[in-house]
Amino acid sequence: MSTTATASTVLADGCHLGSGCGFPAPSLDDFYFTPIFSIGGFHFTKPMLLALICAGIICFFFYYAFRRPKLVPRGTQNIGEIGYLFIRDQIARPMIGKNGDNFVPFLFSLFFFIWVMNLMEIIPIAQFPATSKIAFPLSIVLMVYFTYWYQAIKHQGFAGFLRNVIPAGVPKPVYVILIPVEWLRVLVIQPFTLAIRLFANMFAGHMLLATFMIATWYLTSASIGALFAAGSLVMVVVLTAFEMLIQALQAYIFTILTAQYIGESYSAGH
Amino acid sequence: MSAVVDLAASTGVTGSLGAVAYGLAAIGPGVGIGLIFGHGVEAMARQPEAAGMIRTNMFIGFALTEALALLGIVMPFVFGK
Repeated sequence: MSTTATASTVLADGCHLGSGCGFPAPSLDDFYFTPIFSIGGFHFTKPMLLALICAGIICFFFYYAFRRPKLVPRGTQNIGEIGYLFIRDQIARPMIGKNGDNFVPFLFSLFFFIWVMNLMEIIPIAQFPATSKIAFPLSIVLMVYFTYWYQAIKHQGFAGFLRNVIPAGVPKPVYVILIPVEWLRVLVIQPFTLAIRLFANMFAGHMLLATFMIATWYLTSASIGALFAAGSLVMVVVLTAFEMLIQALQAYIFTILTAQYIGESYSAGH
Repeated sequence: MSAVVDLAASTGVTGSLGAVAYGLAAIGPGVGIGLIFGHGVEAMARQPEAAGMIRTNMFIGFALTEALALLGIVMPFVFGK
């Protein structure tokens, strides 16, 4: 699907161990797709399509779950309520406090959108996490950034917030280092690491799975090499399970850090 | 950087310096994640009723530490060969 000679195109030409071609390790080129269609300078690619599908899945699923809410939930509504209560009781209330309930819809959408986008990595045919393109984490983080700064300015004022992020009761000379570090944290480091963490985790995960899948195909031959291919295939299965854990964990960490930043902008002190 | 490349070339060692860099970048976060989960489990064993709060904070600490290792993964791709 890519424009250049990527691992998948090399493998399609019958590249195996012993056929003279080196190991076609996955590279950055595997993250660029030929556009499905283009309108002027706008190129619609596979990650965009996956993101739209994910949004559709979430809208459809939760509409279906809560279309006729009953006092005693049955079937899909049970699953929807577990998700809602998890976000409210495990993330929003402990992190933000008594105003946490106002942010449950935002955190709920964030968690499930990121999780489903991550899950696309291990779903056959899709097999690409949209969050491994930096644009998706970055635009989500931009929303988070504006949200917590808006809340900070509304509740503490711009100067008040910058004053309140500095811990009190520290010896005077330490402030020389502490003030720039803390300001840098709320202005740059927090949003930057939030985006990079999600992006890099999914990027590394996709690379890892791609490496072992390519190795499985590359080592396949009618010789003793088939044993190595089988070993690689076992790694694919194990790593897929590991990635499922990482995907849920990253969505959880993203949401809980968002809640923590919003909670910090709501009230002074750590 | 180029001095390191020259040194590597003069000793006959070839390969990707990015892989070595990632190995170095993983040392600190490796120790850090070990400490975080080790102490987290210890704290949960000492006070099982506080397990929920400890787990939440453990994952926040884990996420902050892990960011360094992940930057290490991405940097070789950013700066190329």
